[in-house]
Amino acid sequence: MLTQALFRALDKKAIWLVAILIAVAILVPASNLLLPNGHPLRLPNYAVPLFGKYLTFAMLALALDLVWGYCGILSLGHGAFFAIGGYGMGMYLMRQIGDRGVYANPVLPDFMVFLNWKELPWYWHGFDNFWFAMLMVMLVPALLAFVFGFLAFRSRVTGVYLSIITQAMTYALLLAFFRNDMGFGGNNGLTDFKEILGAPISADTTRAALFAASAIALALAVLVCSMVVNSKLGKVMVAVRDAESRARFLGYRVEYVKLFAFVVSAIIAGIAGALYVPQVGIINPGEFEPANSIEVVIWTAVGGRGTIIGPIIGAIMVNVGKSYFTGAFPEFWLFALGALFVITTLFLPKGIVGLIGQYRTLTTKREQHDRSAPSPADVEAGADPQPKAAE
Amino acid sequence: MTDKTGTMLYLDGVSVAFDGFKALNSLSIIVHPAEMLAIIGPNGAGKTTMMDIITGKTRPDDGEVLFDGRTDLTKLDEAAIANLGIGRKFQKPTVFESQTVWDNLEMALKKPRGIFPTLFYTASAADIARIGEILETVRLLARKDHLAADLSHGQKQWLEIGMLLAQDPKLLLVDEPVAGMTDSETVETAKLLKDIARTRSVVVVEHDMSFVRDLDSRVTCLAEGSVLAEGSLDQVSANPVVIERYLGR
Ligand SMILES: Nc1ncnc2c1ncn2[C@@H]1O[C@H](COP(=O)(O)OP(=O)(O)O)[C@@H](O)[C@H]1O
Ligand SMILES: [Mg+2]
Repeated sequence: MLTQALFRALDKKAIWLVAILIAVAILVPASNLLLPNGHPLRLPNYAVPLFGKYLTFAMLALALDLVWGYCGILSLGHGAFFAIGGYGMGMYLMRQIGDRGVYANPVLPDFMVFLNWKELPWYWHGFDNFWFAMLMVMLVPALLAFVFGFLAFRSRVTGVYLSIITQAMTYALLLAFFRNDMGFGGNNGLTDFKEILGAPISADTTRAALFAASAIALALAVLVCSMVVNSKLGKVMVAVRDAESRARFLGYRVEYVKLFAFVVSAIIAGIAGALYVPQVGIINPGEFEPANSIEVVIWTAVGGRGTIIGPIIGAIMVNVGKSYFTGAFPEFWLFALGALFVITTLFLPKGIVGLIGQYRTLTTKREQHDRSAPSPADVEAGADPQPKAAE
Repeated sequence: MTDKTGTMLYLDGVSVAFDGFKALNSLSIIVHPAEMLAIIGPNGAGKTTMMDIITGKTRPDDGEVLFDGRTDLTKLDEAAIANLGIGRKFQKPTVFESQTVWDNLEMALKKPRGIFPTLFYTASAADIARIGEILETVRLLARKDHLAADLSHGQKQWLEIGMLLAQDPKLLLVDEPVAGMTDSETVETAKLLKDIARTRSVVVVEHDMSFVRDLDSRVTCLAEGSVLAEGSLDQVSANPVVIERYLGR
């Protein structure tokens, strides 16, 4: 049953995408580690964690697309799941510092010593174990998504109202995490990490490994999302997106369909956040900023929602642009982002991927036309004149 | 009133008001197993509202709504009612436009509706055969891989009827099925519904009198939220009140 479902998920496009990501996971670290300095194909050291960060953003955008593009839930709070995953990883990394902190306390992170805390809060226990921390990275976002989604979807909160309460959710978490007495480092967040799984966090090899882990995690997320959207449940998700009440009259429990998508999406976002933190070296409450979550929506819209590859392309392209702009013309970035969103909404409702799809159907139509030119009757009778919309 | 046992659908004294306007006013209707009931009546008579109440979209202010002589439908939500075996075709054809004809039918097919059975569903040979059969019945076999959005209005109506068939319900509520259909399609639809009504209960709302005549079933005329007349089409259309308030207009 499971293998059948997995097999079905492996449509051609997903196979290609996974293959490319695996190649990237191997080639990028290899180019950085194996090629000599100055080699034209060698990826410079600074670029490895930067590209790794883009991959985690791509994963976050894919997670958003699962709920927004496929199920019609416009979450403006997905950054919260990403940030929580990030904090989970951050807590593990803090515990790894041990007595190498400024205050040399073997158990308490520096900020707790600074706050005069004598004991580790209960919710910090277990985070010295990597696997426990990784479990929490998935479980806590899943639980938050479950509780939030259960309440919202059961009361049939939809559309703009749902988007607003997701913003409120991430904003509330932002305020909470700012507080010192929450025990997450307040304003400063968690930083000054030393090691991950015993490897020095900023060593080239560690960064290469983190990059590879990000690419592979993204490949797995592609597999999971592709399995979900190609299943009958995926079709029902689209049905819910397009005609929610019709799906109800067919006997589907719309609230559970949404809840499933929301929880799976939150888990993927949490893992992305966990991979993000060791590559940028810090997690602070700023990650809960409502504006962050809105940016994810823009990446997804630009790339093309309702497709697996769209959000990945969108996240990477927009962030490459952001890195360039914030270096070259920092004051223009927000305008550029805003303009991009307006242009996409007005002219490219299906994003870049939709544009490519349009171009493809246009050219195939022309080819068909050329081929059939001598005998148009053939087309009438035989060929399927209906171009299938880009999936 | 009449005995509830042995009825497929039993509405008694059902009333509902929207902002003080009584859309249904003590409506009572009974449908038996394997029986067809045609409902006629002027626009705004409350025909669609009645279906909304049966399918759980609207809650009545008052009255009794029973399915199969015992299940109180006013306590259940849309999905639960659908899963009891009540299928509905909407007045405005509602199919899933961005999905193929085949996928529309696959989603409608009577199968467990839970999250995990749906996630891990793979179509069995029997399912595929059944969808093929339905496609043939509703004459959409050639268009099975097309998006529902690309169908004509009449074809969407047929697809929705096909989805009803796939759901395999005990009671079918069919709201204005032949709007936008050609004459020959209308005749075919009447045949199909009559065929269905040999084994199931069917409630059809329609304005098209020649279609209702083809259905050759019991007829109820609604007006202003309650029953104006009941009987055969000839009896109902000869009724002076019906002529005055509906047919004569
Ligand atoms: N949800 C609603 N809110 C307010 N008024 C409604 C609602 N549904 C139906 N109505 C009103 O109830 C009356 C009956 O409508 P309807 O059942 O659609 O009539 P029919 O299907 O017989 O043409 C109409 O006057 C309509 O405007
Ligand atoms: Mg109506």
